[in-house]
Amino acid sequence: MSSVTESSATGSAETGTGQVGQQHPIGLYLKIWGLLFVLSGFSYAVDYFHFEGYLRWILIITFMWAKAGLIVAIFMHMAWERMAFIYAILLPPAFLLVLVGMMAIEGGYTTLTRMLFFGSGT
Amino acid sequence: MSQEQMSGGQAAMSDGLTGVVDDWSADKQTFHVPWGKAMMWIFLLSDTFIFSCFLTGYMTVRVSTTVPWPIPSEVFALHMFGQDIPLILIAIMTFILITSSGTMAMAVNFGYARNRKVTAALMFVTALFGASFVGMQAFEWTKLIEEGVRPWGNPFGAPQFGSAFFMITGFHGLHVTGGVIYLLIVAFKVLRGDYEERGYEIVEIAGLYWHFVDLVWVFIFAFFYLW
Repeated sequence: MSSVTESSATGSAETGTGQVGQQHPIGLYLKIWGLLFVLSGFSYAVDYFHFEGYLRWILIITFMWAKAGLIVAIFMHMAWERMAFIYAILLPPAFLLVLVGMMAIEGGYTTLTRMLFFGSGT
Repeated sequence: MSQEQMSGGQAAMSDGLTGVVDDWSADKQTFHVPWGKAMMWIFLLSDTFIFSCFLTGYMTVRVSTTVPWPIPSEVFALHMFGQDIPLILIAIMTFILITSSGTMAMAVNFGYARNRKVTAALMFVTALFGASFVGMQAFEWTKLIEEGVRPWGNPFGAPQFGSAFFMITGFHGLHVTGGVIYLLIVAFKVLRGDYEERGYEIVEIAGLYWHFVDLVWVFIFAFFYLW
């Protein structure tokens, strides 16, 4: 995060004409691009080498959030936006975790009732 | 709008949580970004909710079915070089979309540097990658439909597999297709010099949409193809 705030000196330049632009070195984009390639390769490797169980889930979720974070922070310039804007955009989706949690519980309950009434594995 | 931004007294803007309070209690405007950018972000926020609903719905039917779910690794395998390679087309599609995100990010940079030719060229390359992504998806759909996958059933297992697959990848493919058209229009206008006076924020805004499409694919790849 500290390296990100350092480069904000070059980015987010506000000119006298009232234009707000996000300009960052091309080298940074190329580095992130390479990093996303490597992370995608890792994600694919998880499937290719048949990792199973909790290890598979931990790896998938870790690589997924790493990629999503890099895209949002660097490519979409969120790292250089003002805090008020970041909160307004990134906080609402966090509440989706509540929906996911509730539906996971609901799904588990449905499975149990189906197994009870239809018999399992049919 | 430019007047507002000039008279906003941005020289004294504070950072961190104090900045949040200052921005939200400001007299004129909360977000110190161009309007188009704020609106694009809010649109993307609503789109996030749509895709999340699809993915959550998919999760719900997948955990609640007692019929075994088709194994994506095998369903999406391609027979190449004399052997079945799991998920290979999906992996190539992922790399193509990431590459297109990279070229788009650079296009934004060249736009602000007012290098019209390079900006438009990079956007055309981005659109070309996007179009090839849609082409591969069409190939994937054709293959699965020929194998008998339908929204109401398939030969591999749980019938919900088809509906979730067509719904989620279809909606994403629609976004990519729309993005390709959007990028082409903006690229043509960049080349024509339409933004010389207004400035090149539009390239960044179009870029936001494109990166979002890539972002959604990250989640689809993880939850639909790798689960």
